[in-house]
Amino acid sequence: MYISLSDRSGGKRDKSQGNGTALKAEVPFRLSPVILWLGIVSMVTDVSSESVTAVLPLYVTGFLGLSTIAFGFIDGINQGASAIVRIAAGWAADRSGHPKRIALAGYGLSMLARVGFLFAGGFWAIAAIVTGDRIGKGIRTAPRDALISVSAQPEHLARSFGVHRMLDNIGAAAGPLIAFFVLLMIPNGFSTVFVVSLAFAVIGVAVLALVVPDISAHGLKSADGREGRRLFAFSWSHLKEPGLGKLLIAAGLLGLVTIGDGFIYLVLQARDSFAVQWFPLLFVGTNVVFLALAIPLGRLADRVGKVPVFVGGHIALLATYLLAAAPFGGLWGTLGCLVLLGAFYAATDGVLAALASQLTPAGKLATGIASAQTVVALSRMTASAGFGVLWYAVGAPTAMVVAGGLLACAVVAVVFVLRSATPRVGADTGGRT
Amino acid sequence: MSGTLTGGKMRWGILLTVTVLVLVGAGIYAFGAYQRFEESRTAASSVGVTAGQPLPNAPFVLFRNTASGQGYGNAATVPLTAPGGSRAVSEQECDRVYGTAETVVCLKTNRGLVTSFEAAVLNRDWQVQRSWPVPGIPSRTRVSADGSMIATTVFVTGHSYATAGFSTATEISLPGGSSGNLEDFALMVNGERLVATDRNIWGVTFAPGESDLFYATAASSGRIWLVRGSLSAKTLTAIHDNVECPSISPDGTRIAYKKNDGGALAAHWKVAVLDLATGQETVLSEKRSVDDQIEWLDNQNLLYGLADEAVEGDSNIWQLGTTPGSQPVMFIAHAWSPSVVR
Repeated sequence: MYISLSDRSGGKRDKSQGNGTALKAEVPFRLSPVILWLGIVSMVTDVSSESVTAVLPLYVTGFLGLSTIAFGFIDGINQGASAIVRIAAGWAADRSGHPKRIALAGYGLSMLARVGFLFAGGFWAIAAIVTGDRIGKGIRTAPRDALISVSAQPEHLARSFGVHRMLDNIGAAAGPLIAFFVLLMIPNGFSTVFVVSLAFAVIGVAVLALVVPDISAHGLKSADGREGRRLFAFSWSHLKEPGLGKLLIAAGLLGLVTIGDGFIYLVLQARDSFAVQWFPLLFVGTNVVFLALAIPLGRLADRVGKVPVFVGGHIALLATYLLAAAPFGGLWGTLGCLVLLGAFYAATDGVLAALASQLTPAGKLATGIASAQTVVALSRMTASAGFGVLWYAVGAPTAMVVAGGLLACAVVAVVFVLRSATPRVGADTGGRT
Repeated sequence: MSGTLTGGKMRWGILLTVTVLVLVGAGIYAFGAYQRFEESRTAASSVGVTAGQPLPNAPFVLFRNTASGQGYGNAATVPLTAPGGSRAVSEQECDRVYGTAETVVCLKTNRGLVTSFEAAVLNRDWQVQRSWPVPGIPSRTRVSADGSMIATTVFVTGHSYATAGFSTATEISLPGGSSGNLEDFALMVNGERLVATDRNIWGVTFAPGESDLFYATAASSGRIWLVRGSLSAKTLTAIHDNVECPSISPDGTRIAYKKNDGGALAAHWKVAVLDLATGQETVLSEKRSVDDQIEWLDNQNLLYGLADEAVEGDSNIWQLGTTPGSQPVMFIAHAWSPSVVR
């Protein structure tokens, strides 16, 4: 696998072919305004979605007086649907050559779903709205990441994703705070939360529609003519691309031993009473660490290579497991877990998208990113189900240690898988002149 | 740069206009909602109310007041002899409430930037005796007749739809402050211990006059059982299928519960009564879906809350006889979470 990084710029800025650009590290970082605006779109959209998500359980059980058990089930269906939609949307973005239009459809669908909350009544209405929102999220993610990828300087790809993920997480952290502030002022003001959420969704769609250009028409379309593949063929075709295929295998392998955050928080909660009262803050804490480290770790990935940082993120996850399983706990143990977990996300989320786009040929960029994200999502769902079984069979601390052991094995395996797959990425270290 | 931002002052103007419009619109809406809330908080209650006072002498009904105006969401009482009459509304906000002649248990939401939930034990002057955090949104609570054992069920929720889904956490708090999470109890089904991953326990009811025996709901892999629990042995033994939120009658012979006949997703709960001695189940004729832990008014009549179709956040307490064919009648309007104190 030997994809020139310069392909990512559509051959426009960097004319050197195949052999790459010399002295990458000296290319000064200039943030593309496109990425900044995409980050702002994600930020206001996350304010919109996370504000509703944070109060939804209270609204459904406390206010409407409905049982929520079935939501977990519906959520499982939605996760699966979202994963499939994501690949289809990535493929559509590549086929059409207009990722912005596909992304706009996704953001637009989520916005329309939010309109539904103003008229929602009863369980099914809410379930349908949540499903619409999830599908919208599935549609928009890969085309948006493709836009980031073509807009970024190839030398600063991971850092550019880091900027986007930071803005994204600022929105995710602010959304619940805004929602709970509204409820603090107006105790049953759920409709106000929904109106505020809709306002942010509208702003996000407006920024995307009005400010972000439909870049890829020239970047991706050249390859489009050759891509007469059917919908079902593309995932196999990816496995034929040695680089992306190996990345998918590696990401899937690591995903299979990545247990859900929910379990880690539950372990912390069971260990000390501190976490019971501050349970909602655990999520916020992880988010804050994620947004703080997104850019630094992105820069690190550009400098020392994306694979080492991606793998290193999973070592942070391994440390999280061990710290959570340790018999001593208390405030510092809990905080340590949050920092490590946030570092894991910062080192893997944007970096994975950067890696996938680097390893995908130009005409299949959105599909490649979507494939990697779908593999991760599905393998993590499997892991959560499996870990649940282990949890009850051997108890939480032992299960954590077992998961940690499996993760350690997976990390070693992935190092071998990816070492041979990424000559190009290895060259990032500056060994090439 | 492979792309440039779409130019044109026009577009920036549109964006600015749209942004300002939606923010101002949302602001106006929020301000209006805030004013409506302030008005309703200071407005006289929409039902007859007497000022807060200690718990009345038994018999009375304790409940959550959902009448709009002052005292919305607060624990309140009416004499059993005049449930439709004027209610005494306390200063204590509770999402879920249950009590005895001397003790009130109140599950409540502490709103804030970090919203948390707690269980509080109040004396008959509504003073907090002790309280402890609970890990989710209040759902059910019960107190044993002597006030010594307190059961709480809450919905544990993840931060997003994605993380943890929803499950229940049910604890029994014993005198002296010790407590037990019922998920740690051994669940026995057909003589075998069940260790499945997705066990959920909810809706405890304490058998009258017993210090060790209680009943609850257990669920796993889509199956739901009525379980008989022992606090000393830490066991839950399945004794009947498809019983949710059991509630034992004052004479200890029958259990009233909700029974789902609509499938796992489109739940529709009927009200049913189980005779413990004979295992005879009677499904009653309430047509609406009842999602509540039923309370016994006396040995022949049930009480339960139903959300008001017309007004979000409001609900009414209904009465239904346990003889087949009897029809529900309104017991207390604008009320939720009934508790009959004899």
